[in-house]
Amino acid sequence: MRGSSVTKLTHKPDRAVCMTNCPTLIVTVGLPARGKTYISKKLTRYLNWIGVPTREFNVGQYRRDFVKIYKSFEFFSPDNEEGLKIRQQCASAALNDVRQYLTEEGGQVAVFDATNTTRERRETIIQFAEQNGFKVFFVESVCEDPDVIKENIVQVKLSSPDYTNCNTEEAVEDFLKRIKCYENSYETLDEVLDRDLSYIKIMDVGQRYMVNRVLDHIQSRIVYYLMNIHITPRSIYLCRHGESELNVNGRIGGDSGITPRGKAFGKKLSQFLETQGISDLKVWTSQMKRTIQTAEALNVPYEQWKVLNEIDAGVCEEMMYEEIQDHYPLEFALRDQDKYRYRYPKGESYEDLVQRLEPVIMELERQENVLVVCHQAVMRCLLAYFLDKTAEELPYLKCPLHTVLKLTPVAYGCKVESICLNVESVNTHRERPENVEVSRMSKEALLTVPAHQ
Amino acid sequence: MSCTQIDNGCSNSAEATKTDLRTKEKKCSWASYMTNSPTVIVMIGLPARGKTYMSKKLTRYLNWIGVPTKVFNLGVYRREAVRAYKSYDFFRHDNEDAMRIRKQCALVALKDVKKYLSVEGGQIAVFDATNTTRERRDLILSFVKENAYKVFFVESVCDDPEVIAANILEVKVSSPDYPERHRERVMDDFLKRIECYKVTYQPIDPDDYDKDLSFIKVINVGRRFLVNRVQDYIQSKIVYYLMNIQVHSHSIYLCRHGESDHNVEGRIGGDSELSPRGKQFSHALRDFIEEHELSDLKVWTSQLRRTIQTAEELCVPYEQWKILNEIDAGVCEEMTYEMIENTFPEEFALRDQDKYHYRYPGGESYQDLVQRLEPVIMELERQGNVLVICHQAVMRCLLAYFLDESAEDLPYMKCPLHTILKLTPVAYGCKVELFYLNVEAVNTHRDRTLVSPSGLS
Repeated sequence: MRGSSVTKLTHKPDRAVCMTNCPTLIVTVGLPARGKTYISKKLTRYLNWIGVPTREFNVGQYRRDFVKIYKSFEFFSPDNEEGLKIRQQCASAALNDVRQYLTEEGGQVAVFDATNTTRERRETIIQFAEQNGFKVFFVESVCEDPDVIKENIVQVKLSSPDYTNCNTEEAVEDFLKRIKCYENSYETLDEVLDRDLSYIKIMDVGQRYMVNRVLDHIQSRIVYYLMNIHITPRSIYLCRHGESELNVNGRIGGDSGITPRGKAFGKKLSQFLETQGISDLKVWTSQMKRTIQTAEALNVPYEQWKVLNEIDAGVCEEMMYEEIQDHYPLEFALRDQDKYRYRYPKGESYEDLVQRLEPVIMELERQENVLVVCHQAVMRCLLAYFLDKTAEELPYLKCPLHTVLKLTPVAYGCKVESICLNVESVNTHRERPENVEVSRMSKEALLTVPAHQ
Repeated sequence: MSCTQIDNGCSNSAEATKTDLRTKEKKCSWASYMTNSPTVIVMIGLPARGKTYMSKKLTRYLNWIGVPTKVFNLGVYRREAVRAYKSYDFFRHDNEDAMRIRKQCALVALKDVKKYLSVEGGQIAVFDATNTTRERRDLILSFVKENAYKVFFVESVCDDPEVIAANILEVKVSSPDYPERHRERVMDDFLKRIECYKVTYQPIDPDDYDKDLSFIKVINVGRRFLVNRVQDYIQSKIVYYLMNIQVHSHSIYLCRHGESDHNVEGRIGGDSELSPRGKQFSHALRDFIEEHELSDLKVWTSQLRRTIQTAEELCVPYEQWKILNEIDAGVCEEMTYEMIENTFPEEFALRDQDKYHYRYPGGESYQDLVQRLEPVIMELERQGNVLVICHQAVMRCLLAYFLDESAEDLPYMKCPLHTILKLTPVAYGCKVELFYLNVEAVNTHRDRTLVSPSGLS
């Protein structure tokens, strides 16, 4: 059978050898309020989602932990020797943690998020990386548009711990002076002087990019990702198909049509979208009947993606959980033990699903307003990407039928609104039971199965 | 209203017959669907900067992912107009007669571009010429505007004399312009030709004149890139592709797993083990690798037993890719062709009608396979020497990419067991060498059948 038991019991990632052979240190470069932390956090979230253990190290955070109270921009003045010493120490402390993460804690990528605006500072980091056998990739953000900078400050700096006791005007004024402190010593990555470094220079929020010496697969993926993201305000709507015939009978998978309640959901969905007044909404479905039928009710053009199809449950397709327990109690237990990596015989795992959904994520990043009508496992994977959920949490995320999740990027993350469209349906969410041992009784295995016909 | 792929009968799909639904299934690939308006890709650069190399490779890639693309090489038009090339004098910017002919050729080529994009169903046209002056590029820009096409510029800039000399030797010496192929003469004349262009060369100016254009500047064979104003999905894919291709002399080795138990029984799909002869093949494969002294060879397999077992015998590290798994035959998995014909006669006939687009119920089509293999192709472009141990349908898809085979021919390409194909990039294409390792195996190839109009055998 496919996905033989050997690959199931011992965790074998999809590609037995990692994408990166030595760890990579990503180093941000840029004046304050240029989106470095935004990029760092987003990139970290993406890399973790595709299975590359990544962590960001924000030097500003280290500084805040050290200097308990922020007084003013003067701390950043180039003449402030005391300030310089502290900032240097913080950077070193952060690099120390980077080393520990990459060499002892199994990290593969570390994102060193700081201004790193002088060649001298960057040289120190390069030496650090060389000593430890890390590859270095710089990500510089350059922007001179005052509107963009102002918007940055308003979105993320005003709410920073540094400015809790200031009003808006004071905060903005102080921050602009802070930026000035860096400007004189700023040495941007140069085509000639830095020609041997690997880097991407992002100009004017992605209007233009300069890419130099991409060395390996992970750097190439990072560049591709960074070139596809944007900051234009928009919302992503995620929902499942309307209730299906198989749902009602407590069966998984298959390709059944929707029930009358499912149809009602389609109508309610259409009304809901109208109230949202979205310009140019793209609608995506899978190639399974139940999502297509749901989209039909919307009376708008929609696109079908095969990769949005529900997780393939292989030999367990169209079975009820009770039947799976009956016929494959071993498989059922194994699945409860490691639901993310468990692959149904002749089917897929959540891990496989993430890999096949990656182009969807990439395209969602490129697009603006999108509604994705999909399936429970698929929706969990997409949601985990936007909400930065771990592999352990992902397979248990709650994605009930007849509920729309509206995701709106805000500051460094994503605002989630859950809109229940008030159409009754079965519950298809099965929590992890307490006893996941292979030796457990049927009763224990089936404890958390939701009610069905 | 559904999108173009499935017609309105879909909401009653429960009632519609399976065959009805499936014959209307989408024919165009996802990439093609996402490319909404026709795009003209305009190459820019002095001679011997790799423009034609990139044009042809890009075109091959785009066609493989299902986006109809064609190259329009101005040199070809010029050779049509001026039968005998005499010398570099033709290219002097003060040679008025020649300038007139060259401009005329450009206009003819653009006319053909228009025909391809607006009449013949093409989606991307690659205009392969030097296009080194602003005047010429402005001409193209107004042409593009007139016809509501999108435009994306690809400029290749190179100042490394070794790279240029190597280019000239690799592709110019054998050009129709130089029938006598005398190396030194060719080199001399061609370098003078380049000088002619240098006089009037106006590179893309990202900071001022050209800052609103969409373009990628490829500097020194991909050492550095400058990317400006990528407008849409297909331009983003083009940029990603150009940033991943390398100019190198590495080879890619493609082969199938050793003969499997299912092969012997005539069954398709499944996850069976190697037959004794299959095991023999693995040993022969190991010897082959040793003989050819392939240093630093990367070995990739799928996640099915038969490729893994083959790789195990090589005693080298190997990587397993799930996306290299054989095409999923859905309800027909593990059947013999006789069983399929008996159990699903309609399906059997449908497949022979359009093997590339046909999707097994509950399974995949060759078109699906191409989409899932794309990351493999991208990674093969980035890598050095790689041996890919895969499966019949998968190997056909990969081979079709390297050898530029059409969707019609792809599913009938011959990929016999126990045979290794070695692909080496050469000039604008790929050299193929076949190595049969002298271990007998069953033949799993099913030729194109003559299909009667009724579709039933």
